[in-house]
Amino acid sequence: MNAEPAVGLKALHTKRGWLALAAAVLVFVVLVPALSLGVPVTSALHVPDYLIALLGKFLCYSIVALAIDLIWGFTGILSLGHGVFFALGGYAMGMYLMLSIGAQGVYKSALPDFMVFLDWKELPWFWKGFDNLGVALIAALVVPGLLAFAFGYFAFRSRIRGVYFSIITQALTYALMLLFFRNETGFGGNNGLTDFKSLYGWDLHQPLTKVALYVMSALALLFTYLLCRYIVTSKAGRVLRAIRDAESRAMFVGFNPTNYKLFAWTLSAVLCGLAGALYVPQVGIINPSEMQPANSIEMGIWVAVGGRATLFGAILGAFLVNGMRSFFTAAMPNAWLYVLGALFIAVTLFFPDGVAGALGRLKRKPR
Amino acid sequence: MIRTRLFKLAASLRLMLPVLTVLLAFWSPRAARADQLSADLSGLASTDSTEVSAAIVKAANSGDARALPALRALDDGKLRFDATKQLLIQGEHGLTDALTGAPATARGKLEEPVSDNEVRRALSPALASLSLSAPSAEVRLKAAKELGRPSDEIVPILRKVLAKEANSDVRTALALALAPADMASEQPADRIRALEAIRSSSDATFKSDVERLLTKGPDGKFVETDARVRSAASAAISSIETRQFLINSVGNTFYGLSLGSVLILCALGLAITFGLMGVINMAHGEMMMIGAYTAFVVQNFFQAHFPTHLDWYIVIAVPTAFIASGLVGVAMERTVIRHLYGRPLETLLATWGISLLLIQTVRLIFGAQNVTVANPQFLSGGVEILPQVVLTYSRLTVIGFSIVVMLFVWALMQKTRLGLEVRAVTQNRAMAAAMGISTRRVDMWTFGIGSGVAGLGGVALSQLGNVGPELGQQYIVDSFMVVVLGGVGKLAGTIAGGLGLGLVNKYLEPMAGAVLGKIFILGFIIIFIQRRPQGIFALKGRAAEVS
Repeated sequence: MNAEPAVGLKALHTKRGWLALAAAVLVFVVLVPALSLGVPVTSALHVPDYLIALLGKFLCYSIVALAIDLIWGFTGILSLGHGVFFALGGYAMGMYLMLSIGAQGVYKSALPDFMVFLDWKELPWFWKGFDNLGVALIAALVVPGLLAFAFGYFAFRSRIRGVYFSIITQALTYALMLLFFRNETGFGGNNGLTDFKSLYGWDLHQPLTKVALYVMSALALLFTYLLCRYIVTSKAGRVLRAIRDAESRAMFVGFNPTNYKLFAWTLSAVLCGLAGALYVPQVGIINPSEMQPANSIEMGIWVAVGGRATLFGAILGAFLVNGMRSFFTAAMPNAWLYVLGALFIAVTLFFPDGVAGALGRLKRKPR
Repeated sequence: MIRTRLFKLAASLRLMLPVLTVLLAFWSPRAARADQLSADLSGLASTDSTEVSAAIVKAANSGDARALPALRALDDGKLRFDATKQLLIQGEHGLTDALTGAPATARGKLEEPVSDNEVRRALSPALASLSLSAPSAEVRLKAAKELGRPSDEIVPILRKVLAKEANSDVRTALALALAPADMASEQPADRIRALEAIRSSSDATFKSDVERLLTKGPDGKFVETDARVRSAASAAISSIETRQFLINSVGNTFYGLSLGSVLILCALGLAITFGLMGVINMAHGEMMMIGAYTAFVVQNFFQAHFPTHLDWYIVIAVPTAFIASGLVGVAMERTVIRHLYGRPLETLLATWGISLLLIQTVRLIFGAQNVTVANPQFLSGGVEILPQVVLTYSRLTVIGFSIVVMLFVWALMQKTRLGLEVRAVTQNRAMAAAMGISTRRVDMWTFGIGSGVAGLGGVALSQLGNVGPELGQQYIVDSFMVVVLGGVGKLAGTIAGGLGLGLVNKYLEPMAGAVLGKIFILGFIIIFIQRRPQGIFALKGRAAEVS
């Protein structure tokens, strides 16, 4: 916990840091889309569609990882329920996509198919307004934010911390998962929302739309990264770390930990909502299984593998773990759970500061 | 045209006849009847359905209860006849004569009388009228109770029988059987009698019929015009509702207790590892899963080696599961958890990793599908304490088992040297170490026992539901809730929390549905924890400071 990278308060990055960031942006935002759209399919340099979809997914996961890093790595609060905020953002976007299907569904009705199937005659009140992309996007950020704020307000005020908080967040995601599994809740029950056709008039199955969504995810990740970077290098970021390392001491020095924790917690949820909203049009489905407790725990391991309290590590972890998942579930499906389980154990036992920490140690070795 | 009319005439005659029989039955000279009966029944020995039905009607007309065995056998498909047209009943121990009941042998080829819809239509009124006019009140009561909802053909017969019946139990049963027909009757007296019968039986199947009488039609008038009938109807409804309430309360309490004891079994081990040691063991559910699979393995072992004593596998499975889960727990403690004491969040993640490894291992060994762990013979079945409320032996056993396990854990913690050391280490680790207690050894044993108790919970679960690799995952959130609700570090709190959650869950289920009920409970716990983070049973004084 003590190996803090020396961070200049005025500049977000050193010169080399900015250069590395610019290079990464160049690769992900310019080079990859260009190779996907501009190079003929037959060329060896062509980036295939599935890779764009995969990278887009990973970029969304990275936003989640940053959000969890903010609350866990920097503030010391392990959430086992971030899947809920991610899924809520996804559902908000899914509702817009569902309504924009219009009458092209199986039942040729203006209502979403699952409502026709349930024999509902009109949109429930909470679906009103979601035919507007702006409303849906705002809801994708505000709904997770409000839920997190209300939950965090009561939890932090009662000084619930440590594992108790983690367990309660797990109960939260479990309860909401059960709620969304019900057909009567009005979000498509078991099957969730799916069969999307278009986003703001753009056909979701066109390569151009996919690349555009991918680029948006990359830009959102860049924005999230810079925002988190700004926060953790600010004075507030120092207070967060102080709370993480010695909450009582931070309180006695004169800071109110509740407010700082609540801020980080709510912001983290909002960022997850953003990730969910970008994720759903790219994968084409959102259902309650996103809220499984197991999913939320796995999100924590992305950060742990990459390295807690390093933003760059969180992104790295999200890419590494999900890359491994994609590889193993395809190549040796039986081995994947072993790998994941071993990752959980190895990271906690042997690499508490993750890959980023290991890289840092390597660099700092005396020559 | 004429043919159908004749047919209808014949049919209505046939319906009238049994009525006459019942009346006739009482003054026929006995001696003449035996020959008469065998002559009547001889038509049963046929493969022609018209002939068989005619014989049935004749037998019914005779009003002779001795025809019953033959007709019942025909109903059950056990009636046979041989080449000499002698009627025989195919019993478990060979053939008997259909009339005398004496053992008999068949002469020539055995044949079965035809049994089609026409025969069945004739058979049910004949059986009803014959058995309802039997001399024994017991037989009549049994017959009346078995009537169910009588078809239109036998309603008039029943009315006649009811008018002559002297035994009050039989009268009630008959009136209840007649209730659907009586409710539709023009006579208010009939309807009142039906409602009276429904009230005294509190039979819930009539509830909607009775309620309909009390609703108002589109013209603003009651469907039932007679005020006396209406008051009888409301009396019947309140009686039905009282009874339903009783049945529901008893049922809910029982299911709540059994769910509660399952939760207690799941949470008790967790209360030891989490409550006493402060270790969040996310693999706790998998310890239960291992216990359940141990029961499966022991069952298979018995199947292969002692098939005659298969039922006793459960007796061996209980200690085996305790040891198997306990050993896995000890191994976990020694390899992983030991290095993470004082870092609860890391422990949580590491044990989650272990749970994934265990799930995948079990999946590879036993397959991803559920396996069947059969209840032993002496645990299947149950006692019916009220209609619709069956206390199954397996659930009763689980309740009893959880009490035994609770006593076991209590005795272990309060009455043994190890328990004393565990409590000492929990209260003040440094001081305990200074007193010469090997805290590491105590940690290992405590974790082993906590895991072993989870294994016992797994054996109990294997008797109630499916056993699959994901078994543990279903209960992990619930059992954490029980521990948190009950107050960490308090076994009594765990028991109160488990029972409370079980009961509330089952009482909420009929009102809100299973899922919504669960959501309410989780919401309640989240709010409850805010108000009272220390749980139902708060630690007081200095003990509260330590953790």
